[in-house]
Amino acid sequence: MRIELTREQMEHQEKFREFVTDEIAEGAGQFDREEKIPGEVIKKISEKGYLGSMISREYGGMGWDSITIGLLNEEFGKACSSVRSILTVHGMVALAIQRWGSDEQKDYWLPRMAKGEVIGAFGLTEPQVGSDAKSVETTAIKADGKYILNGTKKWITMGQIADLFLIFAQCEGKVTAFLVPRDAPGLMIKPLGGLVGMRASMTAELKMEDCSIDEVNIIGKIGTGLSHVALSSLDYGRYTVACGCIGIAQACLEQSIRYSRERIQFGQPIRKYQSIQKMITEMVVNTEAARLLCQKAGYLRDIGDPDSIMQVWTAKYFASIMVNKVANDAVQIHGANGCSREYPIERYMRDARIAEIIEGTTQMHEILISSNAFRNY
Amino acid sequence: MEEDKIKIRKFLSRFFRKRELQDDEDIFSLGFVNSLFAMQLVMFIEKEFGIHVDNTDMDLKNFSSINSINQLIQGKRVA
Repeated sequence: MRIELTREQMEHQEKFREFVTDEIAEGAGQFDREEKIPGEVIKKISEKGYLGSMISREYGGMGWDSITIGLLNEEFGKACSSVRSILTVHGMVALAIQRWGSDEQKDYWLPRMAKGEVIGAFGLTEPQVGSDAKSVETTAIKADGKYILNGTKKWITMGQIADLFLIFAQCEGKVTAFLVPRDAPGLMIKPLGGLVGMRASMTAELKMEDCSIDEVNIIGKIGTGLSHVALSSLDYGRYTVACGCIGIAQACLEQSIRYSRERIQFGQPIRKYQSIQKMITEMVVNTEAARLLCQKAGYLRDIGDPDSIMQVWTAKYFASIMVNKVANDAVQIHGANGCSREYPIERYMRDARIAEIIEGTTQMHEILISSNAFRNY
Repeated sequence: MEEDKIKIRKFLSRFFRKRELQDDEDIFSLGFVNSLFAMQLVMFIEKEFGIHVDNTDMDLKNFSSINSINQLIQGKRVA
């Protein structure tokens, strides 16, 4: 067994770091305050091909392995979780099309998504439906070669700017996935703001009132929306969120080390105090543990192992809890400065909080991981 | 073909430990599997038998028993 990045993966990692430092890190605080990612930043991400990172080369994407995609999300997460979130939701839609779409859907949408000409967003959550996804209330009825959708989707990341939505609706009483373009008649988009974290993820509420789409816009078959389409998309979503958590934790760690060296109290740098050393130690160990869990998940994904699904649940569970502890400790080390906008630490803490909610709450992870354990042992 | 069935049965036994599955038994009606099972099964079939399951195969009938999974695999091999 070898646990090390390949030369190519390390080269990618270096390029991701350069890009993030040059184009994202400095503006992250402003994006957070303005609750918006500037169009030129998304354009630069597109130009680098990062929006095609998960799309196969056949359709103009980068076709990167899961470890490289994990590195991309870690580096983006280190700078700005909101910007990172576009990689997750855009990828979830692209992969749903690539995995379960028709040839026509793949040929039409994937090259556009790989170039960033079309941005995707994932529409599962509703005002009354979160974890209990099979109970979505949005409906889809077939009529005259069209599907007519009615319902509301809420907290849709990148919903304010997305061109294409993957919408889950009850069709013949079974959850089914549909592609809904932004310009579909009957689709109304309302920006949502004021989130505790990932404030620039440009979330929106989608209201569909007799929203009409062509019947060819179904993804997969009637009734396979959750079991196949959403599950495979969410697997990628959870993996990228987990890797993003490592990025936040790494940023907290590095800034806490820097601050501990510079901050003088009682005549010496605070790094000399054992209570600070303990917090730094726990940050180092927990961040590394999460990274290893994610790398194992990435490896299993790449070899197509069925156990990769549970490994991703495990990695995301640990990483999202871990990053909240790490970010909390980073605030503690920074004291009042950690509570101020003058430092990015408070943003990391707020962004970390979101990670325990999205792509499956911590509690849903506990149900699935424990039931899997009771079955296996 | 019988070898393939043995592999399928071995994989399914992880989910149905306390039950000796019959070849024609509907695995979805037994209530042992959770929401992740369908994708785990697809990944198992693809990895173990080197075939690609796509949107045209997305009929639960193709995955509902050891016999039907085996038929899907044999059909994909011929194609």
